[in-house]
Amino acid sequence: MSELTAPVPTTERQASLWSDAFRTMRRRPDVIIATLVLLLVFAMAAFPRLFTDKDPTQCLGREARLRPDTWFTGDHPLGTDAFGCDFAATLVHGTRPTIALALSVIVASVVIGLVLGIYAGYYGGWLDSVISRALDVFVVIPMLMGAILILSLFRGRVSTESLVETIAAPAIALTLFGWMEFCRYTRAATLETKNLDYVIAAKCLGASDRRIMFKHILPNAIVPVTAVVPTTIGGIIVTESALAVLGIGVQPPATSWGVLLSDGTEWAGGGYVYLFAWPLGLLILTVFAFATFGDALRDALDPKLR
Amino acid sequence: MNAELGQADTGTDPVLEAKDLVKHFPIQRGIVVKRTVGHVQAVDGVDLKLHPGRTLGVVGESGCGKSTLAKLLVGLETPTSGSIKLEGREIGNLSARRMRPFRRDVQLVFQDPYTSLNPRLTVGDIVGEPFEIHPEAVPKRGRAGEVKELLDMVGLSPDHINRYPHQFSGGQRQRIGIARALALRPKVLVCDEPVSALDVSIQGQVINLLQRLQDELGLAYVFIAHDLSVVRHIADEVAVMYLGKVVERGTGPEIYDHPRHPYTQALLSAVPVPDPDLRGHREEIVLQGDVPSPIDPPSGCRFRTRCWKATDRCAEEVPSLAVGDRGTHPTACFYAEERDVTHAVK
Repeated sequence: MSELTAPVPTTERQASLWSDAFRTMRRRPDVIIATLVLLLVFAMAAFPRLFTDKDPTQCLGREARLRPDTWFTGDHPLGTDAFGCDFAATLVHGTRPTIALALSVIVASVVIGLVLGIYAGYYGGWLDSVISRALDVFVVIPMLMGAILILSLFRGRVSTESLVETIAAPAIALTLFGWMEFCRYTRAATLETKNLDYVIAAKCLGASDRRIMFKHILPNAIVPVTAVVPTTIGGIIVTESALAVLGIGVQPPATSWGVLLSDGTEWAGGGYVYLFAWPLGLLILTVFAFATFGDALRDALDPKLR
Repeated sequence: MNAELGQADTGTDPVLEAKDLVKHFPIQRGIVVKRTVGHVQAVDGVDLKLHPGRTLGVVGESGCGKSTLAKLLVGLETPTSGSIKLEGREIGNLSARRMRPFRRDVQLVFQDPYTSLNPRLTVGDIVGEPFEIHPEAVPKRGRAGEVKELLDMVGLSPDHINRYPHQFSGGQRQRIGIARALALRPKVLVCDEPVSALDVSIQGQVINLLQRLQDELGLAYVFIAHDLSVVRHIADEVAVMYLGKVVERGTGPEIYDHPRHPYTQALLSAVPVPDPDLRGHREEIVLQGDVPSPIDPPSGCRFRTRCWKATDRCAEEVPSLAVGDRGTHPTACFYAEERDVTHAVK
């Protein structure tokens, strides 16, 4: 009966949702620009020494508030801040806590959201009720307010010795109010998938619940979740800055873009706009890049838009 | 319903046997406190016997409980009451964990080949999944070869092991589904409308494949369909279902050439006549009204609301399959009478 088999050449590409999405995105100039911006930011977070050879903690009082009149040349390409530290170095070294915080929050939120969503959707019943009601409660509390409440508990007790200790408190607060969206998407996708024939076929073969959830349902649920991840990262970076400006996020002397913004606002009015404009510009550029990337990813992963 | 299906006894013990099988789905209302306000009587007292190497066809219109029956037989639903025996061992009331070893023996072939295969797994993973779930079936080293053998058995090239389902046509996908169902060497294959989603030409190929596999592997089939001609072609015995009950059953010729139940006659008279010259020269029975709701089925005979023979007796008494037998074949009708609705004469 081999004459009935597919007359498809063996060299045919293995089309899949992900590779199709990748191919679509590769062709969009806005995505390419966004990717370049993100690569630059990630490189700054991972290898700050590539961008500056100065130590941000080495500050000279007599060099305080040097305007960047030399324009990218000289000893202090972006001038110095209120304490006489090299501003370029401060900015570059402030990237790591910002990005590390955003990534740890997104990873934790996605994992919590996926697991809770898939269990709620798959088992239904009282487990679903408990998770869904908990979700409702967290949704109605505004993220900023919730984070302020949580962080007030940590205030004054946080050491800034290491990266982990610096970002732990804001990361916990932001995760606590950030998992709901992923949980909702996963639950909906699970409800949609769990009655499909191939899931029933796996049940019929005797597959365990865990196998069905993580091998058959999760790969389908992960698509809508992935599409919102980049946009959410942008949102987390902005919220982190807002917390820092309020004085409860990452605590000085540790730096993040939010802390720099917060410090910059004090001097911007006095003619030192660059202290405010540089972190703000970097922040807007990064958030914009994440949003563009996320938007394109959502379009590319949605077969109806192709 | 005391008479048993499978009278054409082959002399062997039945591989699958169901007795007085009932499945009622409760309808619940209320937000906090759930109370049951009724039951959907999907399957209500079905008996069947399936012998090795034989095919039992189940026909009936949509909503008559065919698919629920299939799910009961493969253990996806637990029966409300009644028993299912696999080679003499009761499996109807087993817990999910104790059911596992028996799952190998009864497998399901699905209707829609487009939703029955996981789009994110390769054909090799799909057909090989049964071995991962039941690692004791085939040692790890032999699995790849076993998968290729299965693909070859259902008429697909073993080279297609790394392809994804969407690269195949409907008929090929159905073959993949059959290969997956066969992986654990089951004794019974429950086919729930296996060809109704396929083109007519492909239907023939898949039916022939199923018949060849039956000869080669000695499989027993429960073949569920609404297409009477397909069932006639493949089934040794046919059971006609209406609203959760079997109304008539017998061998192919008994049902198709000598139908005795009014519902069977109406069903058969709706089959199109292939010869255009003979069109309009055959008796046609057009039923009035719709199928009643299975939540609140009619008393007595469930077909009485649409039956032209119905009397007061039909509303009071439930006809058993023995009632209309009179030496021919089991028919659940007080006024069973043969009527030729299949043969058109000019």
